[in-house]
Amino acid sequence: MSPYFAVAVLIVLITFGHILGRRGAQQAAGGQNRLLHSLPHYYGLYVALWTGIPAVILIALWIPFQPYFLDSFLITSLGDKAIGLNNDQLGLLLNDIRNVADGNISSRANDPLVIAAANRLTEWRQLGYGGLLVITLVAAIGGLILARKRVTINLRARNAVERVFNVVLFVASLIAILTTIGIVLSLLFETIRFFGKVPITEFLFNLSWSPQTALRADQVASAGTFGAVSLFAGTLLITAIAMIVAVPVGLMSATYLSEYAPRKVRDILKPALEILAGIPTVVYGFFAALTVAPAIRGWGEALGLDVASESALAAGLVMGIMIIPFVSSLSDDVINAVPQTLRDGSYALGATQSETVRQVIVPAAFPGIVGSVLLAVSRAIGETMIVVMAAGLAANLTINPLEAVTTVTVQIVTLLVGDQEFDSAKTLAAFALGLALFCVTLALNVIALRTVRKYREKYD
Amino acid sequence: MNMDNYIPATAKGAPAGMGIDPVATGEKNINMDGIEETTIKMSARNLDVFYGDKQALFGIDLDVPERSVTALIGPSGCGKSTFLRCLNRMNDTIDGCRVEGDIRIDQSDIYDRALDVVELRTRIGMVFQKPNPFPKSIYDNVAYGPKIHGLAQDREELDHIVTSSLEKAGLLKEVADRLESPGTGLSGGQQQRLCIARAIAVSPEVILMDEPCSALDPIATAHIEELIDELRENFTIVIVTHNMQQAARVSQQTAFFHLGILVECNSTGEIFTSPSDERTQGYITGRYG
Repeated sequence: MSPYFAVAVLIVLITFGHILGRRGAQQAAGGQNRLLHSLPHYYGLYVALWTGIPAVILIALWIPFQPYFLDSFLITSLGDKAIGLNNDQLGLLLNDIRNVADGNISSRANDPLVIAAANRLTEWRQLGYGGLLVITLVAAIGGLILARKRVTINLRARNAVERVFNVVLFVASLIAILTTIGIVLSLLFETIRFFGKVPITEFLFNLSWSPQTALRADQVASAGTFGAVSLFAGTLLITAIAMIVAVPVGLMSATYLSEYAPRKVRDILKPALEILAGIPTVVYGFFAALTVAPAIRGWGEALGLDVASESALAAGLVMGIMIIPFVSSLSDDVINAVPQTLRDGSYALGATQSETVRQVIVPAAFPGIVGSVLLAVSRAIGETMIVVMAAGLAANLTINPLEAVTTVTVQIVTLLVGDQEFDSAKTLAAFALGLALFCVTLALNVIALRTVRKYREKYD
Repeated sequence: MNMDNYIPATAKGAPAGMGIDPVATGEKNINMDGIEETTIKMSARNLDVFYGDKQALFGIDLDVPERSVTALIGPSGCGKSTFLRCLNRMNDTIDGCRVEGDIRIDQSDIYDRALDVVELRTRIGMVFQKPNPFPKSIYDNVAYGPKIHGLAQDREELDHIVTSSLEKAGLLKEVADRLESPGTGLSGGQQQRLCIARAIAVSPEVILMDEPCSALDPIATAHIEELIDELRENFTIVIVTHNMQQAARVSQQTAFFHLGILVECNSTGEIFTSPSDERTQGYITGRYG
């Protein structure tokens, strides 16, 4: 017997409940459906929900908790054999017992103690799932009977069902928020651990970044310094280059699309820009690393400049191109949101199209444009793939776009790729970087959304 | 058409060209009650307007006398706003709108290819249904037109244009101490007078008003109506209105549109006391509309 059986039984009961509720309502109305408060379908849903929801909640609570209870039972049954083991050893023993019970390979498969315990575990599991089935059935049938009894022609089944869906929608909206909170908390705790090993002043103010510490005592490696300044400087440099490309081009293309383009041109250009937005960033990445970076290096050499083969310029340029559709589509939306009456007012004064755009439309859309640019900046700061492939790994503190720099995201990737030890300062540094990055993009997003909202309020 | 005493179109079919045709200057509209010696400022002849395949106006012939107020009345969708927007070619900005026929200002064809529409719109200002001040300061709203057309040599002259326009629009007293605050912060009636000030700042010859009071309360409406009466001394005004009392109060000539046809055009007094067409009678007495 497995928990799936309980679920299958429950589905049958819910279907049955629906039919029963529907029939019950029709019977109560004596075949005259218009006497009912709600459509018969709602009575069916009402009974089905009452059958399903309590049982589902019970199953959802039971399944994650059962292993905990079984483990504690096992430990008790092991008695004095478990005493004297530390937590890790106990964990290993329990793991072995579980493996044997599941029929998996285990190093202690021949130990009679383990076999006996595994047998007990299997037995208890069956018992547990049997118990689950019973409880589910009781809850489902109880709910069904209770709900069926309440079905009368005056029951406001439609409103009750509506309330349930209300709650479902609320829970759905909560999931994203709770996940975010969970992620932030995990970042926060790991970061606090990191600052237990590395002083926060070093992270914030030290200019050198060399995180490759030894994993084992016998390895030869640097002692490790964790100054994030050069990483943020590199991120800012690349973001700045990307914005220098994306903002003017994006704004101009948005202006063209929303103000000048004839409908036919717009119908072609807008989807084309959206295709640009659909290219995976990894494709932009190797475009940057294999095409743009060598080209820039070639031009640089032709001009007698010393260009690194992985330059901030190449990564920034390609990132800028990637962000163009983002800026252009957001700005296009805000420019389109400028009321037509303002355009009319300007044209009626004898203004030309470009005067109208420059002096009326762009000022009116300005807060929205600022918002879209800030969103683009936060996108550029968080962008990873292009910089991993094209920006390089050396943490140079420079503002020369022809040199290789590294970014926060690149370092997070390199810190967590390969062999790890999850409590070394090196690995924990990734969480500190992640939290810092999160704070920056969060601040940018908040500012951006606020400016956009302010702008909306002005014209709606 | 029901305009027995209508002056025949002078320049119909003549080759279009700006200011070439001297024939009609000094032409009289004998229809104006009280004011007889009136020049025709703008005239439409045989005007058809289409939105895509749908025809919105059918063969409109209408003369707009100079320095007086012409009111366009009629039920919703009758084409009066469409006609108004033909007069300064604002219909050009609407996709699929096609204008056929002849509209002249001072005898020159405004749909002539050689005519600069931007220049035309400086001669024919417009005030819209909903007040639409730009998201700029009060000063910059009024200064916008003069600035783009280079009407002021220096800041002093610009200041003068702005204050005199606000003065003429009857707004100066209320806003003199806050010219730098945003125009969108004014009340609805003040915003509309700001839009009128903005329109007269470029010294147009004609001002078109598209239901300028429909978004305003009665007191603000009374203000604007007084203002229209004053502006008549210097400008030719064409006003679209849904409010028949308003048409009777502010205009000298009234044109009644119905289903895209100009049913009747006469002095305002005549239209409201003894309309010659049954449909006009029905509309002004409130039987439909």
